[in-house]
Amino acid sequence: MIGDLLTGYGFWNPLVWVAVMATGLLVAWLIWRCGESDYDKGTEQTKPYLSGNDEPEKGAVHIRGGNMYWGFTHALKGYYDKLIPLHSGVVNDYLVWFLIGVIVIFVVVIMV
Amino acid sequence: MNVLLDNLPALLIAVPLFCAFLLPIIGRFVPKIRDAWIICASFAASLVAVITAFTVYTKGTIVYVFGAAAGSPAAPIDSGGIPFRIIFTIDGFGAFMLLSAAIVSFAVVLYLVSSQKERTGRSEFYALYLLLTAGIFGMVSTGDMFNFFVFLEINSLAGAALVSYHRRGGLAAEGALKYLIVNTVGGLMVLFSIGLLYAQYNSLNMAVIASQISLSTLNIIALVLFIAALAMKAGSVPFHFATPDAYSVAPSGITAVMIVASQAGLYGLFRVLFTLYGDAFNTVTLGWVIIVLGVLSMVIGVTMAIPQKDVKRLLAYHAVSQTGYMLLGVGVALAVLGDPVAMTSYGQTAMEGGLFHIINHAMYKGLLFLAVGAVIYRTGVWSLNKMGGLGHNMKWTMIFFLIGALAIAGIPPFNGFASKLMIYESVFAFNPALSIIAMVVSILTLASFMKVFHSMFMGPQLPEYAEVKEVPKLMIAGMVILTIFVIGFGLFPDLVVNNLVAPAADALINNSAYITAVLGGGL
Repeated sequence: MIGDLLTGYGFWNPLVWVAVMATGLLVAWLIWRCGESDYDKGTEQTKPYLSGNDEPEKGAVHIRGGNMYWGFTHALKGYYDKLIPLHSGVVNDYLVWFLIGVIVIFVVVIMV
Repeated sequence: MNVLLDNLPALLIAVPLFCAFLLPIIGRFVPKIRDAWIICASFAASLVAVITAFTVYTKGTIVYVFGAAAGSPAAPIDSGGIPFRIIFTIDGFGAFMLLSAAIVSFAVVLYLVSSQKERTGRSEFYALYLLLTAGIFGMVSTGDMFNFFVFLEINSLAGAALVSYHRRGGLAAEGALKYLIVNTVGGLMVLFSIGLLYAQYNSLNMAVIASQISLSTLNIIALVLFIAALAMKAGSVPFHFATPDAYSVAPSGITAVMIVASQAGLYGLFRVLFTLYGDAFNTVTLGWVIIVLGVLSMVIGVTMAIPQKDVKRLLAYHAVSQTGYMLLGVGVALAVLGDPVAMTSYGQTAMEGGLFHIINHAMYKGLLFLAVGAVIYRTGVWSLNKMGGLGHNMKWTMIFFLIGALAIAGIPPFNGFASKLMIYESVFAFNPALSIIAMVVSILTLASFMKVFHSMFMGPQLPEYAEVKEVPKLMIAGMVILTIFVIGFGLFPDLVVNNLVAPAADALINNSAYITAVLGGGL
């Protein structure tokens, strides 16, 4: 069949996947169409409700890149505290790592 | 016409070099046609590469001897069986890499012509770009070790010059200098290794060396230096440090093509391991060395990407991470090269998955760098902390970025999923833990790109970007070309694997075919 990619244990057919997804989206759309249309653009109902408070500035509500995944990096603080300083930006350090890599590979190839 | 077809390998280098050296003259005397010239030059170079690849796929390995009449044997009768001329040997693997480089380099030129319009020094910039293209084409085509070193140097020098072309307050110069120093050291190691081989075998021809290579201390030293230097060119951990420094400050179009330039290093690494050394060494050990480099690259690349605030630096770390997948797939194949049962069972699929990921990565990472470059082109901002809501103004760029992001995260039906699935399943049969690591890295990649997509394009329209417009049509055209391949390779992966990737994998696995193609039965 066109699109069948053999992966060793089975196959993957993206065309079938696309057809299934398209069918799912069609069904979702049909269900959505059955709903009641009560959306009025530009009226009170489209304004964000913030417990009666005024809406802040647009720039203040956007979650910036630096606000995301801080929990992930905090949880792995020990790992990052060691990893980030290795990327020192000093080219001498880069060459030392090259040397270390060469020595380690050489030892492994010789010993094993 | 036949003359052109007979000399395709020479034209691979001649076309970009000729056009590059004419560019400063054209820029000086007829600057109006400079943009048209670079587009035509890049198209011609890419067309030659595509025709060459097509010829290889339909007729078999091309062995082209410089300075000899068409049809002459690689080793002249009076040479004692040694092919002393410079020879280009383009087999399935070389053709595969040529295709990848041709597509990306042409798409990027369209993008650059528009994005560089307001810049000065464009003639020299484009000349360097064509030199970089010639360097990549040469590296993946040559059958001569010293010639490989020369093209590696052209690749590195042109790449460093392009990285530093727009100063960005000295940052670009610093990034380029680090890239240059590290790559020069790597290049010297390659040259030293070539010297060790030449001293033993009296030849620089890869097929000659491959046919005679044996287990000796000098060959082990040469092999280790080859691995380290070419892994550094490819941006693999722990040799990756200069890669994010250079990629993050280079012009965005250039970074896209630097991905292909680094993959030429990966080509060299695989060529040395499979074709040059073949099964003369303990491939299990070497396979595990490559696997460990791959796993380190995947994990350290993605975990370093997550906390980045500079969007291009983040993408650069993901480039390191994705290189890990290629090393993992091909490393597994190398580890089981001496075991025919394992090779048939999953080694071949691992190899094909790793190679398929090379071309996929070139397409979607190229697309991501172009899309991010489009955002920087309009906003002048690199920091994710300062971006937001750009989807309101740059809808096409947002769509292209989203497609690239889903592809790199391995979400179906895009191309990244197909190659990653092949790697997951085949590597699982070899060692389940490695496959699980690869999947976790994919999840982290998706998480990282959710952050980037949200930070750049989502949220309310910010006042500071109210006047931002979509990028010019030529920049869009460059992104469209890569998007077509990201989607097309994802929807029809079987066609790509069967027709493009499998011949490349076969060419690597069966190094005797390479030797026979050049020597006609060996020395």
